[in-house]
Amino acid sequence: MKKFLLIALFVGMPNVSAGTIETYQFDSPSQEERFRKLTLELRCPKCQNQAIGDSDAEISGDLRDEVHRLLKKGATDVEIKDFMAIRYGRYVLYSPPLDRQTLLLWFGPFILLILGGAIVVLRIKRSKAVLDRGESGA
Amino acid sequence: MKRVMVWLPLAGFAVLVGFFFKGLSLDPGDQPSALIGQSFPMFNLTDLHTRQKLTKKNLPNQPFLINVWATWCITCKVEHPYLTELAKTIPVVGLNYKDKASSAIAWLEKLGDPYVIQIFDPNGRLGMDLGVAGAPETFLVDSNGIIHYRVQGEVNDRVFLGEIQPLLETIQ
Repeated sequence: MKKFLLIALFVGMPNVSAGTIETYQFDSPSQEERFRKLTLELRCPKCQNQAIGDSDAEISGDLRDEVHRLLKKGATDVEIKDFMAIRYGRYVLYSPPLDRQTLLLWFGPFILLILGGAIVVLRIKRSKAVLDRGESGA
Repeated sequence: MKRVMVWLPLAGFAVLVGFFFKGLSLDPGDQPSALIGQSFPMFNLTDLHTRQKLTKKNLPNQPFLINVWATWCITCKVEHPYLTELAKTIPVVGLNYKDKASSAIAWLEKLGDPYVIQIFDPNGRLGMDLGVAGAPETFLVDSNGIIHYRVQGEVNDRVFLGEIQPLLETIQ
């Protein structure tokens, strides 16, 4: 019985996340896949930190409808993201495009990583040098 | 050199604390509108009362406020007396957002109608073009139809005297 319940739980889980797209009709499975991807990459403008595909807010429903409408009209992913960014700001893009404004956002972590790595390497080298000197002195 | 290095982690920590402290007073939902400095979007809707066609041409030829509201919005009721007072000094256009016409008309009859025109947007089309995420929202638009300011939430003394009034003086 326990095993059955566990299996039922895991079988039931994917259906929860798919709940929001049940009502939409798509021309093809690939279109549905794009819808799913887009609604997880667009951020709800009214919520703290939720994608529109993951939020129960009224506005998220409206924006999902709009993404669906634009997909049906044949808009590309970039066009749909632009449509949203023009109206709701870049705030709604979970993966903002790479340009001058987002340069630091994209490469900042790598710069920090290199900086941190450099400090570590420097320290190791120095302590080695100190150690070598200590050994030759002995 | 070594002495400086010892203090580095603490300095880094202090910087982080500074950022986090600043973050406490920031509202991530309070994003500037993407339409600031942009032209008011085109629209093709109807007047709530007369059911006549309304387009961008019907907007006032002077600086005005456009207030996005609905009968299901509680804050709209709260700010209504304030907007009624404001409407004596600056034209206030209404954008009835995702609402039922009969409820909206009844609401205005009961609470008073300070709006110069009332755009009826039951599907939220113009709302979406304006980047509206909910109600109430209020925009300041100049005589050329350029959007200068947007507030999400209640218009009150803090918003009007602190934000809108100074902008209004520069665009007039």
